[in-house]
Amino acid sequence: MDLAQFSQQLINGISLGSLYGIIAIGYTMVYGILRLINFAHGDVMMMGCFFAYYGILMFSLPWQFSFIIAIALTAILGIIIDRGAYRPVRKAPRISALITAIGVSFLLENAGIVVFGGRQKAFFRPEMFDHIITFHGVRFLNLAIYVPIITLTLLGIILLIIYRTKVGRAMRCISHDMETTRLMGVDVNRVIAITFAMGSAAAAAGGILWAMKYPQINPLMGIIPGLKAFVAAVLGGIGNVGGAMIGGLILGLAEILLVAFRPDLSGYRDAIAFGILIIILLFRPTGLFGEKLPE
Amino acid sequence: MEKNYPNNNEVGARLDIHHRRNQILSLLAIGVGFVLLYFAQKYLSSYQVRILNNCGLFITLAVSYNLINGVTGQFSLEPNAFVAIGAYTSALLTLTPAEKALSFIIEPIIWPLSVIQTPFLVSLLAAGVVTAICGFCMGFAVFRVRGDYLAIVTLGFGEVVRVIANNTQTITNGPLGLKGLENYTTVWWTWGLAIITIFYVSRLVRSSYGMAMKAVKYDEAAAEAVGINAFRHKMLAFTSSAFFEGIGGGLLAHLITTISPTLFTFFLTFNLLIIIVVGGLGSTTGAIIAAILVTWGGEFLRFVEEPINIFFIHIPAIPGMRMVIFSLLLVLMMIFARHGIMGTREFNWNWVVDKVNGLKILSRNRG
Repeated sequence: MDLAQFSQQLINGISLGSLYGIIAIGYTMVYGILRLINFAHGDVMMMGCFFAYYGILMFSLPWQFSFIIAIALTAILGIIIDRGAYRPVRKAPRISALITAIGVSFLLENAGIVVFGGRQKAFFRPEMFDHIITFHGVRFLNLAIYVPIITLTLLGIILLIIYRTKVGRAMRCISHDMETTRLMGVDVNRVIAITFAMGSAAAAAGGILWAMKYPQINPLMGIIPGLKAFVAAVLGGIGNVGGAMIGGLILGLAEILLVAFRPDLSGYRDAIAFGILIIILLFRPTGLFGEKLPE
Repeated sequence: MEKNYPNNNEVGARLDIHHRRNQILSLLAIGVGFVLLYFAQKYLSSYQVRILNNCGLFITLAVSYNLINGVTGQFSLEPNAFVAIGAYTSALLTLTPAEKALSFIIEPIIWPLSVIQTPFLVSLLAAGVVTAICGFCMGFAVFRVRGDYLAIVTLGFGEVVRVIANNTQTITNGPLGLKGLENYTTVWWTWGLAIITIFYVSRLVRSSYGMAMKAVKYDEAAAEAVGINAFRHKMLAFTSSAFFEGIGGGLLAHLITTISPTLFTFFLTFNLLIIIVVGGLGSTTGAIIAAILVTWGGEFLRFVEEPINIFFIHIPAIPGMRMVIFSLLLVLMMIFARHGIMGTREFNWNWVVDKVNGLKILSRNRG
């Protein structure tokens, strides 16, 4: 493999990895606060894609508006899921919450099949992201450059909210001790709702980028990216937002490079993530940058 | 956080003076059940027999899944992996060498498998043993973690097994799957296995091992403190569950006669999860009742996916609606009825006899 090919794979890996990373942020934020694996997160991402799709197709909005509205609607969906499904089981044993999350995930997928239909739909890729760049023999879509830039910007915004605002401080407090935070006069449910909104908005942004990169959407598209993003979150140390992005990048690069170096193993691509997950949990359950032990 | 402490009928094996009578009653019930099955498979339509088969099969799968999830309290999501391993093992053993040569068109099957052929029963036992061995090896890895991490790691194993089945062209025939299996599975096999599984699991649960498993479920640290080796009991539950799910997988393969990796997705696990949640996590009786209810209910709900005409309102067919109902059911169960139908209670002949005696006394007093 020559340098040109290698750098091409590197660019692919980074852009895929930053997508895993941006989706992983939602997992890691919710887990950090509620100790709940939000199984439905991948499906929330899928809903974001469909909102954007219908925004363009049915209401013939310009794509910029459609994407922003889709992100806002997905944030609202996140709040609704929290309010309707997770809040009622917050006091229950943790396993009940996990089962609820699995239920919500299946509900979104199947409601998606009923409402949107199970067939693949072609997603719109705006002109702006549709140029092929050739640079010293390396050919790639300019979207591959935009993806890491956009995701890093979003990461920056999220980190700012978490570390520089009052709501963010409340989030960090809740993740340490929910009951004490409540005693300090923080409206815990409101902060959790905001966390869900932020995570879901990030997922929607990631999902829309995903849908532009692989321009097809269907109601089951969220499952595999969702699971892999979860692995990325664990890899980066669950609860750690920056770690989630780094975990995503490592996972994306590992996948793309494996396929590049050993094309005969490409069928096992989906198994790599779980291989990594099993290895981390066995040898370093806190992930790369995590401090707390799970449970 | 709320802790569920055991209720009275769970703590300790109650001194049962009616042990012998209850055994006879159980045997009688099984006898009556098999007589009913005989008439059922003779007179019911093939569609109804199919449902009956599914019920038996799902009882086996749900009861063994419940052993690890409900009784031992280790929430895991791997049954699709176990069922897949069992199904492939048994299918590869019953296919004749000629059929295998015909099926494997992309790459020929590897040597020992290409010539072996065994009777159905042997293939089922092999399926159970192979799956149990896989479960045993998997257990070493997955029980290093707890709680929701355990759930996601076992889910990962399920995915890995599916990916392997998809890619090992020379063993599983990859995405093409295995076709043309003999339709060996009858109600006798499915319900026979169900009875054996129920017998084994309920005996295990009432033994000292079962007590220890429950102790691990309620408080692992405390259980360790009184000298229970939590890891060993988890492994026992996991391996037993793998054994029966493997055999169940073998029966499933010979019931639908065509298997491919797409059959063993997380979807299968989800169905079993609904069953054990509806029945009550930890109750074998609940798992049995819910397996029948959910399997039969799934068939009953087929009407929601068909086009409906009410006077002049026409509702077109909605494929996928049943799963929406089931997932909604799961969420609502978790919010409003977390303990399911049976909670952690079990069926007990003493209770039945007490009720019957109560009725007798009531009617005598009236008369």
